Amino acid sequence: MTTPVPMLDIDGLDAWYGAAQVLFGLSLKVETGEAVALVGRNGAGKSTTMKALIGLISRRAHRLTLRGADISALPTHVIARLGIGYVPEDRRIFSDLTVLENLDLGRRRRAPGNTITDWSLEAVFDLFPHLAELRHRPGGQMSGGEQQMLAVARALVGNPALLLLDEPSEGVAPIVVEQMTLALTRLKASGLSLLVSEQNAQFCAAICDRAYTIEQGAVHWHGPMAALAQGGRSRPAFGPPG
Amino acid sequence: MSFESLLFQAVNGLASASGLFLVAAGLSIIFGVTRIVNMAHGSFYMLGLYLAVTLAPLLGETVGGALGFWGGIVAAALVTAGLGALVEVVLLRRIYAAPELYQLLATFALLLIINDAALYFWGPEDILGPRAPGLSGSVEFLGRHLPQYDIFLALIGPIVLIGLHIVLTGTRFGRLVRAATQDREMVAALGINEAVLFTAVFALGTGIAGLGGALQMAREPANLALDLSVLGDAFVVVVVGGMGSLRGAYLAALLVAEVKALCTALGVVEVAGITFNMSRLTLVAEFLVMAVVLVIRPHGLFGRPQPAAARRGEAEAPLVPLGPRGRLVALAVLAFFAGIPLFSAFASYAPVLALDMVIAALFAASLHLLMGPGGLASFGHAAYFGLGAYGTACAATVLGLPTPLALVIGIATASAGAVLFGWFCVRLEGVYFAMLTLAFAQIVWSIAYQWEEVTGGSNGLFGVWPDPPFDSANGLYLAALAVTLAGLVLIRRLVFAPFGLALRAARDSRLRAEASGIAVEKVRWLAFALAGTLCGAAGGLFAFAKGSISPEAISVGRSIDGLVMVLLGGVNSLTGPLLGAGGLTLLQDMVMRESAYWRALLGLIILAAVLLFPAGLAGGLRRRRAP
Amino acid sequence: MTAPVLKVSALTKRYGGVQALDGVSFAIAPGELLALIGPNGAGKSTCFNIVNGQLRPDSGHVRLIGSGTAGRDITGLAPRRIARLGVGRTFQVATVFGSMTALENVQMALIAARGQVFGLWRPARDLARQEALDLLEQTGMAAQAGRPAASLAYGDVKRLELAMALAGEPRLLLMDEPTAGMSAGERHDMIALVRQLTRVRGLAVLFTEHSMDVVFGHADRVVVLARGRLIADGSVEAVRDDPAVREVYLGGIPVGGRNER
Repeated sequence: MTTPVPMLDIDGLDAWYGAAQVLFGLSLKVETGEAVALVGRNGAGKSTTMKALIGLISRRAHRLTLRGADISALPTHVIARLGIGYVPEDRRIFSDLTVLENLDLGRRRRAPGNTITDWSLEAVFDLFPHLAELRHRPGGQMSGGEQQMLAVARALVGNPALLLLDEPSEGVAPIVVEQMTLALTRLKASGLSLLVSEQNAQFCAAICDRAYTIEQGAVHWHGPMAALAQGGRSRPAFGPPG
Repeated sequence: MSFESLLFQAVNGLASASGLFLVAAGLSIIFGVTRIVNMAHGSFYMLGLYLAVTLAPLLGETVGGALGFWGGIVAAALVTAGLGALVEVVLLRRIYAAPELYQLLATFALLLIINDAALYFWGPEDILGPRAPGLSGSVEFLGRHLPQYDIFLALIGPIVLIGLHIVLTGTRFGRLVRAATQDREMVAALGINEAVLFTAVFALGTGIAGLGGALQMAREPANLALDLSVLGDAFVVVVVGGMGSLRGAYLAALLVAEVKALCTALGVVEVAGITFNMSRLTLVAEFLVMAVVLVIRPHGLFGRPQPAAARRGEAEAPLVPLGPRGRLVALAVLAFFAGIPLFSAFASYAPVLALDMVIAALFAASLHLLMGPGGLASFGHAAYFGLGAYGTACAATVLGLPTPLALVIGIATASAGAVLFGWFCVRLEGVYFAMLTLAFAQIVWSIAYQWEEVTGGSNGLFGVWPDPPFDSANGLYLAALAVTLAGLVLIRRLVFAPFGLALRAARDSRLRAEASGIAVEKVRWLAFALAGTLCGAAGGLFAFAKGSISPEAISVGRSIDGLVMVLLGGVNSLTGPLLGAGGLTLLQDMVMRESAYWRALLGLIILAAVLLFPAGLAGGLRRRRAP
Repeated sequence: MTAPVLKVSALTKRYGGVQALDGVSFAIAPGELLALIGPNGAGKSTCFNIVNGQLRPDSGHVRLIGSGTAGRDITGLAPRRIARLGVGRTFQVATVFGSMTALENVQMALIAARGQVFGLWRPARDLARQEALDLLEQTGMAAQAGRPAASLAYGDVKRLELAMALAGEPRLLLMDEPTAGMSAGERHDMIALVRQLTRVRGLAVLFTEHSMDVVFGHADRVVVLARGRLIADGSVEAVRDDPAVREVYLGGIPVGGRNER
């Protein structure tokens, strides 16, 4: 029996903002259908990891593959087409465009070899019914929580195989966090692989299988989510359990 | 003024507004998506016109006059769009990540190169195009005759405006343009190839500008001065209308063009016994429109406040006063320059060249005060050089004042100009500041060009010779050295004084500076006024050094020389602009006088510098020095 | 109750069709640490930016009350004028002057507070130097005085910004997310420092914060906004148990208290 090719395989990832190096040999894996948490405090390198993966900042790695294909030297739009959906930290909704127009720009056929659900408009409106009511509203006139849903929906209609979610619970009301938890649980059940960066350990515990903690641009600890969550229900996940 | 002339001028204004709008719209769309202010945008307008006057007769020979004329216009627009796409792929693609200032410089270099290319292909003479077949007559309206072609042009503006609106809201390409205007990275993260989008947008913008130029074929001859004059007008329109707003651009174009037309229609007016020739005041009118709009709406009619410039590069290292060694070097350099008259016995050219260098040093240092500690890149520093030079020249020739007093008058003129223009400019930042300063410089240049009674028009003023003891090469040189030294000492003191600290604070973080109680705009205004004043001294010395002053010496090229000096030498310390001033003066003296195509040569030097050191020349050097 | 430092009355602000603030009033007393919380879009930033002068309300007033005076209406004054009237300010993303040393940063703030910005000749090097060093000492930054601000760690940048905000001897400090981007340990140290400053200087602090640990662990009083309206104003305990607050903001998530630090 051969080991299955991981969805995402990172080994020794370095990344830079301008001249300043911000990731130092970061390594992690996401298996197909797995949900993985990336935890650490602000500035530890979570968002940077995601930006480096999608090619928004300069990076270098021993190995950086998506389903076995090397993506370390590809430009952002090609990586996106290969099946990575990106939900950025500050959502980055196109504020002049309506919900439908935002979704229209995200639409993309499934990459070859992607066998999970085909995300039509109907399917994302089924996942976030509230968005269907707002379909003609400009993104700039939506609340933070609504924008968060739109950002996830916009990534989904691109039919990714792997979804990068950068702090989906940051800055939104706890009530929206609950809705987001439910939606992500459904996404995971549909077979989508997830990489979620979070400071909120409870949120991760509800969705993720495994966790990596990041400190100063490198992986500090990794293991099953349960081991990290043990620390207590409101314990911020800033380091290894101890 | 008759009703007929007013109506005639109103239609004429509408026709001009269409032309202005086509240039400004392209500039605005390109800036929205690529965040580059295309300084060469007027050049594409000029190219469109040159291509049209060449292609229309050519096509006319094979397919007939009418088809040739309209086909020529379409072909010119398409060829311009193609050239735009080529420029985007070959040049702009390499500089999207460079600091804003370098992008401005690179596209300006393009302007210089295109201008010399046009000189090479079409020669220096104006070229007239054919008249529009079928539209060369006039229509009768309310019993008056109006030229058909002007009416046709008047309609083109709104048609293009509506067409662009439909494209932007109704097509996927348009949605992409709007999305990319807001967030390019996110567009790429959705799997969209930015590179293709950028090329398409640049081709669209330059194509519209080319169309605007080509359509002028039946109204004005193609000439080599169009690129800059159109660019200046387009900047005024974009600043007045609000960057990124197409209807703002149209409204502003209409406003500017109609106010100009009204001035022309009014002709000579008598108010309270004083006669004004209003048709000579069109440029002042343009300035007044801009002034009024900016006072009421700082971001233009339909503009929104823009986020602060993103790419300023790394923070500078804290400034430290010169150590003992530094002082020794500075004294040695000063001693060398003070000793140059001693060489004049066997190298009579030495003090002449050294005088040019000293004047360039003061000019560059005054710009550096604004650009370095102030973080404000002026693209119109030539205005204050010009005001200083013309003020001095007028005082010396027309009023016959003694040399020192004439220089003081020149400096005061520049100072007054900087105080006035600065009040508007410091309300803006980044590329907006650059655009507005350039627009003001264009206005000063045009006044020098048009106000013949005082400035001598295109010939300028002659016989600006200094009195004894400044009438010898050595005497004037030593006086200039003393003035420059005083200016440099003043700048140096300013930078370390609380004022200089506040200026740097406002540059580093405007938000924090204001939260600390620093009146950022006042600080910048004073810096602008001081920089203009010192620059005026350089201009006054220049007038005496050359014995004359003409509009050519104060054109945009002068502003760009200053920027190149500051950037080549390095923006982070006062030494940089001084080295840059010396270097560029030598280069111009030795190389550029030899060639008719010196503009293209300067453009290539700028491009080489920008492409070799995309993070900024000074930054590149600093990184190399770092262990 | 002692006379308040700041009184906000009936603030209203609309953006297009959205009612961002709808008749919000509250006051803050000297030495008080007042947290302003609410879900995103509740009007926190709008309210905060009206108080510091970056926005002008449609109606309502902000009054700054000096010792023994009826108060000065500062509604709609420019941020720098409000700063000069004794309101210090820190930002969510701490900003300092990157091209200067830590010491120069604080000297600059002191020079600005004293209205000496337009000194054109005498070097700034020796101006307010001792006072600047004192402020760095108080914020635990004395050892970093000579370092360029651009090279400081983020936690130190936050402290430096606090030192600068204190340079104008403010009676009121506005802090936008004072602990954002800090580790758990740094958060605690920062808020303890602010707490101590309020005691020593009788300084009032109005802050917004997303970290409920910080809010419910340190604030004296909490004001809650939702959809532009003030829905609660009271002690930590009262707000935490308020059913309306739980409904719109906290959801079902348990919140740590003072002793759970």
